[in-house]
Amino acid sequence: MTVANPTAPPATPVAPRFEPALMRRKLTGTIFYGACLAAIGVLLLALTFLLIDVFRRGLPWLDLGFLSGVPSRRPANAGILPALVGSFQVGIFVAIFSFPLGVAAAIYLTEYAKDNWFNRLLQTNISNLAGVPSIIYGILGLALFVRLLGLGPTSLAAGLTMTLLILPVVIIASIEALKAVPDAQREGAYALGATRWQMVRGSIFPAAAPGIMTGLILAMARAIGEAAPLLLIGASVFVTFLPNPLEGSYTVLPIQVLQWASRPQADFQGISAAAIIVILALMLVLNGLALVVRARLSRHIQW
Amino acid sequence: MNTQLSEAPVREAATNGPGPAIRLATLPAGGAAPTVDAAPEYVVELRDVSCYYGAFRAVRNVDIKVAKNAITALIGPSGCGKSTLLRTINRMNDLVPSYRSEGQIMLDGQDLFAKEVDPVAVRRRVGMVFQKPNPFPKTIWENVAFGPKVNGYKGNLNELVETSLRRAALWDDVKDKLKQSGMSLSGGQQQRLCIARTIAVNPEVILMDEPCSALDPRSTLQIEELMAELKREYTIVIVTHNMQQAARASDTTVFMTMGEDRAGFVVEQGPTAQIFTNPRNQLTEDYVSGRFG
Repeated sequence: MTVANPTAPPATPVAPRFEPALMRRKLTGTIFYGACLAAIGVLLLALTFLLIDVFRRGLPWLDLGFLSGVPSRRPANAGILPALVGSFQVGIFVAIFSFPLGVAAAIYLTEYAKDNWFNRLLQTNISNLAGVPSIIYGILGLALFVRLLGLGPTSLAAGLTMTLLILPVVIIASIEALKAVPDAQREGAYALGATRWQMVRGSIFPAAAPGIMTGLILAMARAIGEAAPLLLIGASVFVTFLPNPLEGSYTVLPIQVLQWASRPQADFQGISAAAIIVILALMLVLNGLALVVRARLSRHIQW
Repeated sequence: MNTQLSEAPVREAATNGPGPAIRLATLPAGGAAPTVDAAPEYVVELRDVSCYYGAFRAVRNVDIKVAKNAITALIGPSGCGKSTLLRTINRMNDLVPSYRSEGQIMLDGQDLFAKEVDPVAVRRRVGMVFQKPNPFPKTIWENVAFGPKVNGYKGNLNELVETSLRRAALWDDVKDKLKQSGMSLSGGQQQRLCIARTIAVNPEVILMDEPCSALDPRSTLQIEELMAELKREYTIVIVTHNMQQAARASDTTVFMTMGEDRAGFVVEQGPTAQIFTNPRNQLTEDYVSGRFG
């Protein structure tokens, strides 16, 4: 009993030691804030440079005649109507094919497929496909659609090739959107006696639709801006008539830009820049559409 | 000695089912209980039901009788398998990949586990209201109409939606905004919308899995009042963590707990008043008096 009780509290309790260092912590925060701002700054700078350069060169060439004209050897007479129409055709084909294919595949993978190694492998592979260089899809499109199916160098073949190109992105975006729907939604539908398909149609799809449609529209924007695969599957560089989607040749805006930009004459550089402005405007329209569609489809959704 | 003496008549009443004497004690102020003195009619009977998640037995050998037009409360500590049992009755847990169950669940004399019984058909007859209100991201009208639509309802949907919302005591709140999102409502209103949605398919039994745990006291009271109304036409089984709620709102209480093997089992069931004031089992008494759980 001579040993002091080790569990007894010390006579004077030691004050808990904190070092608030408030100034230092706030400084760290300020530095991080600055870094984030700088990151945005870099992006804005690059974008501003691009826009100023493009508009400075291209704006003088941009008029109604340019939009409604056909390519010409003389830049002053050249227009981009065939390329604009070709891009629209490709875009529409992409929308028609990739929406049902992408959404159905995503619904299969999230709502139907069992969680086994095969389906996980499948999903990983789809993610990998999104990273395959677009030129590879051009080779595939050439072999499959242009030659094997005999579609020839048409905007239909281009639309199908672009569909393959963006399908992984559409599927991944749709899967993410479907997975974000709480399981309570699935149970709610099942509890009323819905079958799996009725559950998907009535509850899960409407809930995931904003995310799915946003993903689809952004992927379409990518398809419309893409040139590389089309070089392989026969997009022509000089089309002076409005393309027939099923036969004959066609061209699209990025190809037209490439063709004009590769010419040495300064005036062709100018109309190339003008065509870039048209592409940018088209992207702006598509992104705006994505916003509108998203807002419209999510009007009943408040998680 | 004392306890033994007082125990005898209760046991007798319990073996005969809730007799007239007990019925009197549990008669709610609303007077919703049937006035006939005949033995209660049982809508659902669980016979020797065991539930498994893979190799783990979550619930073992449960026998429960659910009286018609009454509210049966399942109480017990967390993890004792109340929700599992509830989700077995409408075969919701069949959706869990590793899940399986044994025994029999008789609904109007038909075994819900029988091979020829389709879970989808069971869920129309046995509705469910969940812990967190889960309205669909659709309009209020569409939320209620969804169930009838998927089940091929041929009558007037507008009428059915209105009747269902009225029965769920929500019509006056929403009659001017049926086209607004079901998710725009308050928590309590959302839960009543989910109840309206459930009764729109005219189920025989309504299962409620802690329907008030996400609600404030006022909304909770509204739901309890609604339940008292609904039992005139429906049979309700409710899982609750709130013992006052079980004591206030239910006619019969089933107390579950879990054993050493973590498998839940039924300790005691009987008229709510008896379970709370005069339980026969020490485990029940410890639980309802707050000494455990």
